[in-house]
Amino acid sequence: MSNTDLATAAPDRSNPTRPQDARMESSERSQRAVAPAVDIFEDAGGITLLADMPGVSRENLDVRLHGDSLAIEGQASIATAEDMRALWAEVSVPCFRRTFTLSRELDAGRIEANIKDGVLSLRIPKQAHAQAKKISVRAG
Amino acid sequence: MLDTMFYRPQGLLDQLTTLHQALTRSLTGDGTPDAIRSVAAGSFPGINVGRTTKTLEVYAFAPGLDAASIDVTVERGVLKISGERRGSAPGGDLKVQTYAAERPMGRFTRALTLPDDADTAKVEATYRDGVLRVSVGLQEAAQPTRIAVR
Repeated sequence: MSNTDLATAAPDRSNPTRPQDARMESSERSQRAVAPAVDIFEDAGGITLLADMPGVSRENLDVRLHGDSLAIEGQASIATAEDMRALWAEVSVPCFRRTFTLSRELDAGRIEANIKDGVLSLRIPKQAHAQAKKISVRAG
Repeated sequence: MLDTMFYRPQGLLDQLTTLHQALTRSLTGDGTPDAIRSVAAGSFPGINVGRTTKTLEVYAFAPGLDAASIDVTVERGVLKISGERRGSAPGGDLKVQTYAAERPMGRFTRALTLPDDADTAKVEATYRDGVLRVSVGLQEAAQPTRIAVR
């Protein structure tokens, strides 16, 4: 995914020519994609994101950060015989794509990504200074 | 290679026709599936089926499983795939907040009636990158034979 794609995801309404540009860009995109199902958890140290991307290996996975936009994209690649013909297909789009907007207290520079058995797991730690501090309430 | 897996091999119009036929076959007028073992669209795991001259190939898109815990059985011509996805929330910690829980969890089973020419003695299953591939052999007789014209 190029930087332009991320910009397209958040169209700039102030510029009237923008929607048309966006259409052109999306038609130039080589492939349709589906949004993978995700689980998102937050604990004291950061955020954990799990995404179902069956058929995606580490080589075909792309995790990209542009500003505060985190884009995940993966191509499913499955070994099939040359002479196979499809009889039934519930999964018809071999590409997963989804974008998330991070908030400032997250430390985008220390994101860890891992993919195993078609599940992408991302750990986005919080900035050290952003971790929760208990604020004591004094009796007035 | 992927083309045969994800796209129907014909042109766009044929593709739409095939899709429409598939939908008509699987949906009755009130929008419910009519095959006795069909499940609602979007059920976990998604299944694709293809056929080569020698095998029937079933792909189940079931990420995040332990290969040893997947059950693949063939009984009386019905192929069943079952397993369990365990919750992934960092266990039992009360301080963990969940913002999204879209991934299906728990036990699942999908069943498919195999064609008459399936050879249930020749079934192989492999699990890779979250995709289970079950390859069912087809009986020799079902493979096309060339008839010499005299």
